[in-house]
Amino acid sequence: MLKPISWGAVTVALAMTWAAQSQALPKKPPERGYYDVSRMAPLTDQKGDPANGRKIAAGKGLCLSCHVMPIPEEADHGDVGPDLAGVGSRLQPPELRMRVVDPKVLNPDTPMPSFFKKDLNRVTPSLKGQTFLTAQEVEDLVAYLSTLK
Amino acid sequence: MRKIMMAAGLAALVAGPAQADPPFDPKDPKMAPYVAGDKRSGYTFAEPETRAMQDDDFTNPGFLWVEDGKKMWTKVEGKAGKACKDCHGDAEKSMKGVGTVYPRFDPHANMLLTLEQKINQCRTERMGAEPLKFDSKPYNAIATYVKHQSRGMPIAVQTDGPAAPYFDMGRRLYYERRGMSDIACKHCHEDLWGMHMRSELLSQGMPNGFPQYRLKWQTLGSAQKRIRGCFEEVRAEPYAVDSLENTVIELYATWRANGLRVESPAVRK
Repeated sequence: MLKPISWGAVTVALAMTWAAQSQALPKKPPERGYYDVSRMAPLTDQKGDPANGRKIAAGKGLCLSCHVMPIPEEADHGDVGPDLAGVGSRLQPPELRMRVVDPKVLNPDTPMPSFFKKDLNRVTPSLKGQTFLTAQEVEDLVAYLSTLK
Repeated sequence: MRKIMMAAGLAALVAGPAQADPPFDPKDPKMAPYVAGDKRSGYTFAEPETRAMQDDDFTNPGFLWVEDGKKMWTKVEGKAGKACKDCHGDAEKSMKGVGTVYPRFDPHANMLLTLEQKINQCRTERMGAEPLKFDSKPYNAIATYVKHQSRGMPIAVQTDGPAAPYFDMGRRLYYERRGMSDIACKHCHEDLWGMHMRSELLSQGMPNGFPQYRLKWQTLGSAQKRIRGCFEEVRAEPYAVDSLENTVIELYATWRANGLRVESPAVRK
C-alpha cells in the first residue's frame, strides 16, 4: 500500500535533484586545454602562420629580449636564454608549444614568461585577465619556431 | 647540419649581442671601492662616461640636491621653530654613518622606516612641520644630503632582532613572480646579472647609490621610486609608495648590498 506512493515520491525527488543539478552545471564547456596538463595540444583549429609567428617573435612576444634568433634585421638580441637557431630540429611542435604556453611545467624556476596563462600574480590593472599572447599568436609562433631547422 | 652551423654562425655575426659591455676588471684598484667580495655596485656596470659623471662632484648632477639639502638643514620650519641643525648640530659629524643603516626598525615608531620616512617622522613629531611630499625636490634633497654624509662607508642594514620579520617578508617578495612577464626580482638580479635583455646589461640591483641621479629620469630619485619602476617594466601593479611591501623590498635589496660603500648621490643610466 505504501509502495506506489514512495516510488512516486522518490521519482519526484530524483527529478528535482536532477533539475537542480543541471541548473548548477556550468553552461559553457571548460576552456580548451583545461585538461591538458602537458600544454602540448593545439590551442586553435586554425593552422599556425609562420610568417606572422616571425613578426610576433620580433615584436609583441619580446622573444629577442632573451634569445638570439635568426632575425638579422633586428639588433641587440638578448643572451639570457638559449640560441633558438635550429630549435625546430631539436624539438617537435608540441614540445615547442609546451615551452611557449607555460615553461614552468618543465622548469619551475625559469625566468621565461608563460605566454598563455591567465592567473598571473599582480598583473598591471589594464592587462588583468589577459594572456601575454592570444591562442592564435601562440600557434603562429610555434609554426615559425618549427621552421628554424 | 653544416647549413645549420653556417646559419647559426651568420646569426651570431649579424645579430648577436652586439654592444660591448663597459670595461670591468675586478683586480683593477680603481674598482676596489665599488666591489665587496662577489658584490658589485651598479657603478661597475655603468658606461665609462656615466662613471666619469659620478666621479667629479662638479659634473655630478646629484650635487644640486646635496646643496639644496644643505640649505634645508639650517632652515627653521614648523611650529616648534626648529631647524634640523638645532637638535642634530653639524650634519657632517652627526649624520655620518646614518645612511648605512636604513631601512631600519625604529623603536619609537615601532615599525620599519626608510631614511625618507624617518626624516618625515622627525619633521612631523619634533619640528611640527608638514611631511615632505614623496619625490618632491625638498624630499629628495634632504634625504640625499643626509645619505651623502655616509659616502664611502659600507652599507650595514640590520636584518635580525625586530627587523627579522620585515626581512623575511622582503625576501619572500623578492622571490615572488609578478606581472605579465611572470618574473621575480631575483631572476634578473641574483640569477642573470651580467647577461643581456636586448641591449640592457643586467646589474646586481644594488641600491647603495640611492638617492641617485638617473639619466633616464633626467632627475634624481629614491629607491622606492626605482622599485616601482621595476614593477612597471615587468608589467606588474606597483605597491604604493611607503607601503609595507615596498619598504620591505627596499630592506631586502639594501641588505644584499651590505658591505658595498654608499655612493649617494650616484649617477646611473
